[in-house]
Amino acid sequence: MKTCLVVDDSKVIRKVARHILESLEFQVCEAVDGQDGVEQCETVNPDVILLDWNMPVMGGMDFLRAVRAKGQTAKVIFCTTENGLPQIEAAIAAGADEFIMKPFDRDMLQSKLELVGAA
Amino acid sequence: MNRLVPEGALSMLSDLIERNAGQVLTPDRYWRVETMLAPIMRAHALSSVDDLVAALSAGGNRLLERQTIDAMLNHETSFFRDQAAFALLTGPALSSLRESRAADRRIRIWSAACSTGQEAYSVAMSILENRRQWDGWDIEIIGSDVSTSVVEQAREGRYSQLVIQRGMPITLMLRYFAKDGEDWVAKPELRDMVRFRQHNLLDPVENRNEFDLVLCRNVIMYLLPEHRPRVFRNLARSIRPEGLLMLGAAETIMGQTDLFRSSKDYRGLYRFDADQQHLSAA
Repeated sequence: MKTCLVVDDSKVIRKVARHILESLEFQVCEAVDGQDGVEQCETVNPDVILLDWNMPVMGGMDFLRAVRAKGQTAKVIFCTTENGLPQIEAAIAAGADEFIMKPFDRDMLQSKLELVGAA
Repeated sequence: MNRLVPEGALSMLSDLIERNAGQVLTPDRYWRVETMLAPIMRAHALSSVDDLVAALSAGGNRLLERQTIDAMLNHETSFFRDQAAFALLTGPALSSLRESRAADRRIRIWSAACSTGQEAYSVAMSILENRRQWDGWDIEIIGSDVSTSVVEQAREGRYSQLVIQRGMPITLMLRYFAKDGEDWVAKPELRDMVRFRQHNLLDPVENRNEFDLVLCRNVIMYLLPEHRPRVFRNLARSIRPEGLLMLGAAETIMGQTDLFRSSKDYRGLYRFDADQQHLSAA
């Protein structure tokens, strides 16, 4: 069973993501912001990370740079409302693998997981 | 048994899509019939499926008939649907065509039963992503569907955020689509590569030997068995002698037609069998 770490400050998004991911037979861990996510990456070894862009304490980009700097190789799917090309290019340069825009559903998330080879 | 739609109405509707599209309205879709037809009933001020069937039975209303058929057909699709198939298509299939068509550098691709156009646009994006390789080539992609309404949608190239993200890598979405309100619309560069037209696979094709590659994926399985040989015959007529046919992952030619043979090298691709050419003329 593959593991997905959901890093999002929205309880609702984490709940929706968990529901979908568990239906796709993922083991799901949750982090409430980037800092929590960095700490969880120390103990959890996720195959894929579903990552929010804007979060308090530590945002998605800072989280991404921090975990990649530590050698984290999990596939990262940004889950965001940001859809400008500059942001996306910056995120890909920092090590993101794919984007999913809110709101998302099961089919969309599944197809993004397939695109990054995590499904 | 369906509790909402009377059996007589279901039988008449089932007969309607079989006659016009060769497809079968399977019992597992019965429960959706009323939902599928609700917008049409509203538009024509009909209060029930029975009233709709009565209006259809009276005859003479081609628009109502067309809309009813369109609404009941399966239009399920997504961008880059079945990634393994797309890897086969954009790799070995197109490489093979590059070799066989090197002399005139011209390739025509048919997305048969293209629904709202995602497959045709996906092929176009795959080619645009490798544009240097195709420099100087004349490539035309045709999408067709029996449903006029989905052909119109395909032509418009407009997709909701929910639809466009199914199967579409984000970088391609941003490169080839522009945000317009809540939707994403294909940019001219992409739209110019694809043309759409209404076509029923049960009908003979306009031109023989027109296409180098025909994608007919996830369609055959919805057709009644008795209509399949006719569709394969039409596909065979449309393909050039050295051309390729691709079916859906759950579909096969086995036991259905002698006009094609499996590619020796690539599972899922079929070549027109020139030895059986006389059968396509029948």
